[in-house]
Amino acid sequence: MTVEAPTGPATLGQSRRGRWGAGSILPVVAILVLLLIAVGIRQPDFYDPPALLAFLKRSAPLIILAAGQYFVIVAGDFDLSVGSLVTAEVVIAARLIDGDPSATWPVVALVLAFGLLVGLVNGLVTTLLLVPSFITTLGMYLILVGAVYTWTGGSPRGALSEEFRMLGRRGIEGVPWLGEIPYAVLILLVLAGLAILAMRSDFGKVLLAVGDNPRAARLAGGRVAGVRTIAFVVSGGCAAVAAILLGGFGGVSFQVGAGLEFTAITAVVLGGVVLGGGRGSVVGAMLGALTLQTLLTLLNLLGVAGALASAVQGLIILAAVAIGGLRART
Amino acid sequence: MTTLTARRPRIDSTNGVWLALGMTLIVGGILVATDGGSLFGQNSTVSLLQRAAGLGIVAVGQTFAILAGSLDLSVAYVISLTSLIAAETMAGSDGRVLPAILAVVAVSGAIGLVNGLLITKLRINAFIATLGVGLLIKGYLEQGYAGPAGSVPVSFQHLGYDRVGPAPVAFLLFIGVAAVAWLVINRSRFGHHLIATGGDLDVARLSGVRTDWVLIRTHIICSLCAGIAGLYLASRLGAGAPRVGAEGGYDLESIAAVVLGGTVLAGGKGGVAGTVGGVLLLAVIDGIFNQLAVDPFFKQVVRGVVIVAAVAIYALRLRRKVVRKAAA
Repeated sequence: MTVEAPTGPATLGQSRRGRWGAGSILPVVAILVLLLIAVGIRQPDFYDPPALLAFLKRSAPLIILAAGQYFVIVAGDFDLSVGSLVTAEVVIAARLIDGDPSATWPVVALVLAFGLLVGLVNGLVTTLLLVPSFITTLGMYLILVGAVYTWTGGSPRGALSEEFRMLGRRGIEGVPWLGEIPYAVLILLVLAGLAILAMRSDFGKVLLAVGDNPRAARLAGGRVAGVRTIAFVVSGGCAAVAAILLGGFGGVSFQVGAGLEFTAITAVVLGGVVLGGGRGSVVGAMLGALTLQTLLTLLNLLGVAGALASAVQGLIILAAVAIGGLRART
Repeated sequence: MTTLTARRPRIDSTNGVWLALGMTLIVGGILVATDGGSLFGQNSTVSLLQRAAGLGIVAVGQTFAILAGSLDLSVAYVISLTSLIAAETMAGSDGRVLPAILAVVAVSGAIGLVNGLLITKLRINAFIATLGVGLLIKGYLEQGYAGPAGSVPVSFQHLGYDRVGPAPVAFLLFIGVAAVAWLVINRSRFGHHLIATGGDLDVARLSGVRTDWVLIRTHIICSLCAGIAGLYLASRLGAGAPRVGAEGGYDLESIAAVVLGGTVLAGGKGGVAGTVGGVLLLAVIDGIFNQLAVDPFFKQVVRGVVIVAAVAIYALRLRRKVVRKAAA
C-alpha cells in the first residue's frame, strides 16, 4: 500500500535521518511532556497517583489498539476493521452473556478467539489473495458492521454481566498510596511488555524488514506472508482486548467502536511511525495514543466543546506530522 | 517485454467490472422477476440511477486522487460543508443560485488546494493529511450546526428531481463529469502526467514532471467533485445537512467504488470507465436487495464481500499475467 511515505525514499541513510526524524520517539515524547505540563497547570491534582491511574485506565483501550495497529502499519499495511471489530465484540458479548454471570468467562474466551480469527482472515486475504490491506480491512469493516446489525435486528440486545465489566472498571483495591490498581492498567502493562518483547524478537526484526522493503525481506529469506498475517492476528487480538475494556467502561451500543480505526492510526502516526512501514517503534505508537488521550483530556479541561475538539485534534495531528516530516528531510 | 506491454490493453481490469455488472444484472433480474418484481421497471431504474449519481460524482474525483497514488478521506466532510454553503447562500431565492455555486466551487477548490499543499509541500502522508483536514471540517460543522440549515429554491431542486426520459438529471450530470474526467485523464498532458506520477513518483519527477503541481491539481479536482456532489445533495434534500456526507460513508465508499472499478490503490493504473462500472455495480446490488426486500444491513455484508472478492480476482489475474510474462 503506497500513499506516498512522508519521509521520501528509503535510500536516506539511517544516520542522516537523525534522532528527531521519522521513526524517532523524541518528538512525541516532547509533545506529551508539554501536554502533561499543561494538564498539570490546569488541574494540579491530576498527578495524584489514583487520578493518574484512572487516566491510564481510560487510555488503556486506545493504547492497546494503537499497539495492535502498529504491528500492521510497520509491516506496510493498514487495519481499518478494528473499530467495527470492537463494536461487534461488545455487541456479541452483550447478547451472549445476556446478564448471566456464569457465561462471562466462556464469552471472554470467545471474544478473544473471534478477534484473532478476524485478524487471521484479514491477514490471509491480504497475503494469499494479494488484496491490498486497505481494501481487505475496509471490506471486513463493512462485513462486520452489516453482520452485527443483521444479527441483532438493528439495536443491541442483552446486557454484559458485572463480572465482564469488572475488567474495564475495577481493579485491585486497597493498595497503599496508589489506592486502586485498575485491571485495565495491569492488562495494558502486560500487553505493552509483550509487544516490546515481540519487536525485539526475530519476528519483530523480520516485520520491520518487510515494511521497509518486502522484496528484499523475501529475498533474504524472511517469511513475509507469515509475519504479515501474524501482524493482523495481533491487531485483531488487541481489538478484542480493547473491546472487553471498553465494554466495561460504557454501555452497549453500536457507537462503541465508531471511528476507533482512524483514532488508532492517528495515534500510531503521531508516535513517529511511518505509514508505508519499516520505521518507528511500538513504544512510540503507544506513546502516541497516550498523547492523543492527554490532548483530549486537556481540551476537556480547557472547556473546548466536544465538537471543536475534533478540529483541534485534526490541527495538532497535521502540525505534528508536518514537523516530523520536515525534520526528516533536513 | 516491450511488445508484450504494448499488446496488453492500456487499462487492465477495468473491463472486468463491466462483465461483473452484466452478470449481476442478468442474475439479479431473474431473481427479482421470480420474486414477482421487476428490476428494470421505471421506478426502480430511476431510484437506482438516482442513488448512483451522488456516490458516482465523488468517486470520479477520488479516481483522480487514487490514480495519482494519493487518496482523499476528507470528501465526506467536504460534501456536508458544501451542501450547507449552497443551501445557506441560496436561502430559498432563485437569484442566488449562481453565487451559491461559485461559493461552493471556491470553497471546495480551496480545500483541495490545502490538501494538495499539505501532501506536497509539508510532505504529510495523504492518508493523514486528508484525515486531518476532514477532522477540521468536521469540528467546524459540529460546532456550527445542529441540524439541517438553509433552503434551496424550487428552481434548483430540478437538479435533484427532474429526469430526461428514464435518466435523472443528476445521473446525466454524473455521466457528464465522468466523460470530462475521461478526456482529461486519457487525452490531456495533465492526464499523462497524473498516470506517470501515480506509477512512480520519483521516476516521473526525474523525467521532468512537476509532480507536486500534478498532485495539487489532482486534489483540487477531487475536492471540486465532492463539492458538486454536495450541490446535488443540497438540491435533493432541499437544505444543507451537516452529517449527510459522513452518514453516507462517502469517503470509504468512493474509494471502494474506484477500486472495484479496477483502479489500483497504489496508483498509476486504472481509469474513470472502471469507476463508473464500480459505482453502477454497487447501485445495482443495492437495487436488487431493495427489490428482494432483504434485510438492509445484510447489504453491507454483501458489499464488503463483493469489494474484497473483486480486488482479489484482479490481483490474481495480474499475478498470472506477470508469471506468464516471466515464463515467456
